[in-house]
Amino acid sequence: MSAPYLEIKGLKKNYNFKPILRGIDILLDQGKCMALLGANGAGKTTLLRILACLTKPVAGTVRIGGLDIGQDVQQIRLLVGFAGHQPNLYDELTVLENLLFFGRMYAVKNARERADTLLQRVGLARRFSERAGTLSRGQLQRLSLARALLHSPGLLLLDEPDAGLDDEGIAMLEELLREHAAQGGTTLFTTHNFERAETFSDQICMLSGGRVVYQQASSELEAGSVRLAYQEALR
Amino acid sequence: MALVKKEAVVEQKATKRSSFRQDTRFPVVSIILGMLSLIGMMVSIWMIFLYAPMDAIQGNSQRIFYFHVPVAWLGMLSFVIVAFAGVVYLVKKDDRWDWVARASAELGAFFITLALILGSIWGRTIWGTWWTWDARLTTTLILWFIYIGYLMLRNYMGRTSASARAGAVLAIIGVIDLPIIYESVNWWRTLHPTAQVGVQGALPPSVVLTLMVALTTFTLLYSFLMLQLYQLQRAQALAQQLRASME
Amino acid sequence: MTFLSQVQAILWKDIRCELRSKQTWMSMGLFALLVLVIFNFAFDLRVDNKAAIAPGALWVAFVFASLLGLGRTITAEQEKGSMDRLMLCPVDRKAIYLAKLLGNILFISVVEIIALPIFAALFAVPLFTGELLPIVLLGTIGIATIGTLFSAIAAATQARELLLPLLVFPLIVPVVIGAVRATGALMTTSVNEPPWLGMMLAFDVIFLSVSLLTFEYVIEE
Repeated sequence: MSAPYLEIKGLKKNYNFKPILRGIDILLDQGKCMALLGANGAGKTTLLRILACLTKPVAGTVRIGGLDIGQDVQQIRLLVGFAGHQPNLYDELTVLENLLFFGRMYAVKNARERADTLLQRVGLARRFSERAGTLSRGQLQRLSLARALLHSPGLLLLDEPDAGLDDEGIAMLEELLREHAAQGGTTLFTTHNFERAETFSDQICMLSGGRVVYQQASSELEAGSVRLAYQEALR
Repeated sequence: MALVKKEAVVEQKATKRSSFRQDTRFPVVSIILGMLSLIGMMVSIWMIFLYAPMDAIQGNSQRIFYFHVPVAWLGMLSFVIVAFAGVVYLVKKDDRWDWVARASAELGAFFITLALILGSIWGRTIWGTWWTWDARLTTTLILWFIYIGYLMLRNYMGRTSASARAGAVLAIIGVIDLPIIYESVNWWRTLHPTAQVGVQGALPPSVVLTLMVALTTFTLLYSFLMLQLYQLQRAQALAQQLRASME
Repeated sequence: MTFLSQVQAILWKDIRCELRSKQTWMSMGLFALLVLVIFNFAFDLRVDNKAAIAPGALWVAFVFASLLGLGRTITAEQEKGSMDRLMLCPVDRKAIYLAKLLGNILFISVVEIIALPIFAALFAVPLFTGELLPIVLLGTIGIATIGTLFSAIAAATQARELLLPLLVFPLIVPVVIGAVRATGALMTTSVNEPPWLGMMLAFDVIFLSVSLLTFEYVIEE
C-alpha cells in the first residue's frame, strides 16, 4: 500500500485571528479525483490556496507526493497546478505569450508544442495572438485551465472550474480531468453542483465551519444522495 | 454540528482562564523598576542642578546636556532593539518579539522627539539658532523620520504578521543605514564646518559622575516604560484574539 | 531553469506589459522636465550661482520622478490586489526582486536620458563628460534598490502614495548627498572632496544584498 499522494493532517488556518480552518484531515491517493463541497466561507478556497503554497497554515502538516510543504515549498510548487477564481493571467500579453511565460517559469520542456496542444484541447487555438484582456470570462477560464496543466502537474487544484462554462466547456473539462487521471495525476476541485461532484469525482468531501464533516467514496453513493447528505451535514 | 459548536465554546473558556490568571499576577518587576526610577530621578535632579559644576562658558544652560545625552542615547538604542527584535521575529516567528519591537519603536520615537527638542533648545541658548545642520542633529532628525515611518506603516498595516515582517525589514534597513547617513552628513559638513552640538574637551570628574547617574536613571525609566508598553502590546493582541473568536 | 534566466523572463515580461500599456514612461519623462523648468523659475539663477544650485535641482528632479515610477513594477504585478499569478510559480523570490529592480532602473534611466540634455541646455552647464555616467548610475541604483523593496511593502497598504516617499526619502539621504556633491564637483573644481563614488558604491552593494535577503519576507503571505 503506497502512501497517499495528498496527505493533510490537522490543518489550521486563521485570517486576522479568525479561525477559517479548524483542523482538516484529508487523504487522497494518486490518480484519484476528489470533489470538495461546502457553503461559501467554509474554507474551501483557503484550503486550496494553502495547497498551492500561496499562504502558510498556522498548524498541521501537508504532504504532496511525499514532499513536506514546510520544507520543500519550491518543489511542491512545481508539482501543483492551480486555477482559482482569478484567471491569474497577464492582460497585456497574448494568449500564447501568457502560456510561454509560465512555461519559462515552470521550466517546461518543449513549451511551444505543449502550449499549442493545450490551446487545441481547450478550444483557444485560433485566439493565440489575442490579448488576454480581450477574452470573455469563459475563455479566460479555459486559458487558466491550460496554464494550470502546462507543466503536467501531479496535483491539480481547481476552484469552481465549472462556474461560467457552457455545456461544451463542461464536456471539455470532464475530458481533461479524465486524461489527467489516466496519466496518473491527482485532482482536487471545489464545486457547488452536487451532480457534477458525483459524476466527475472518485471521492466526495464536505467542509463546514472549517472542518471536514463528511467524506465518502462516490461509488458507494446512490445517485442524488449527495444533496441529502449535504443538507444533513449542515444541520 | 451541535458537537462542533460545543467544542469551540470550551476552547474559548480555556484560553480566557489561562490569560486571566497571567494578568492577575502581582507586577513585581514593574513596581521595583518604577520605584528605582523614581529614586534615581530625585537623585539625578539634585545632582544635575546642585552638584554638577556650572560651565564656565555656557553657564547654567549647559545642564540641558545631562538630559539631552541620555535621552538621545536611549532613543538610538531603542532603534537597535527594534531592529534586533525584528530579526529574531523573522527567524522565530514568535509574536512576542514583535511586541518588543512595537513597544521599543513607540518609546524610542518619543525619546528621539525629546532629544531633538532638547538639542534645539540647547543650540538656541548657545548660538541663538533653533537648528543647525551638524551631523549628529541631522542624523537624529532622520532617525525621527524613520521612526515615524515605522509607526505609520505598522498602523496602516494593522496587527498582522505581514505588518510585523514589513516593520522588521524597515528596521533592519534603517539600522544598517544610520551609520552611513551619519558619515555622509559628516563629510558634507566638513566642507562647511558649523559649531557642533556637544561638549568639547576633557570633562571634569563631577560632570562625568553626574552624567553617569543621569544615564542610569533614564535607563531605569526606559526599562520601566518598556515593560508597560510591552504589556500593553500583549493586552492588545489578546483583545484582538478574543474579539475575533467572538464573531 | 537558472536564476538569471528567471530574472530575464520576468524582466522581459514586465517590459512588454509596460510598453503595451503606455502609461508610465511619458508621464515620468514629462514630470522630470516640468520640475526642471519650475526650478529654473524658482531659483533666480545668475551665471555664478548656477553651479551651486544645478546639481541639487537635477537630483531632486530625478528623485521625484523615480518615486512616480517606483511603484509601477510592483503594482503592475498585482491583479486585484494579489500577486498570486507570479507567486504560484516555483521562481526564486530573489529573482523576482532582481527583475523588478532592473525594471525600475530601466524606467528611471529613460527619464534621466530625457532630462539630462534638457538640464544642460536650461542651466547652460557643460555636462557631457563621461564622468557623469558612474554618478548617475550609482545614484539610480541606490534609489531603486531601496525603492523596489519598499514599494513591495507599501503596495499592501492603502496610503501607498504617501507611505512610499515617507519611507524611502530618509533612507536614501546618503545617495542624494553623494550624488549632488559628486555632480557638483564635476562642474566646479574643488579640493579634498571626500570619496563620494566609493560611498555610493558601498551603499548600493550593502543594500542590494540586504534587500535580496529580506524581499521574500515582505512578499510572501
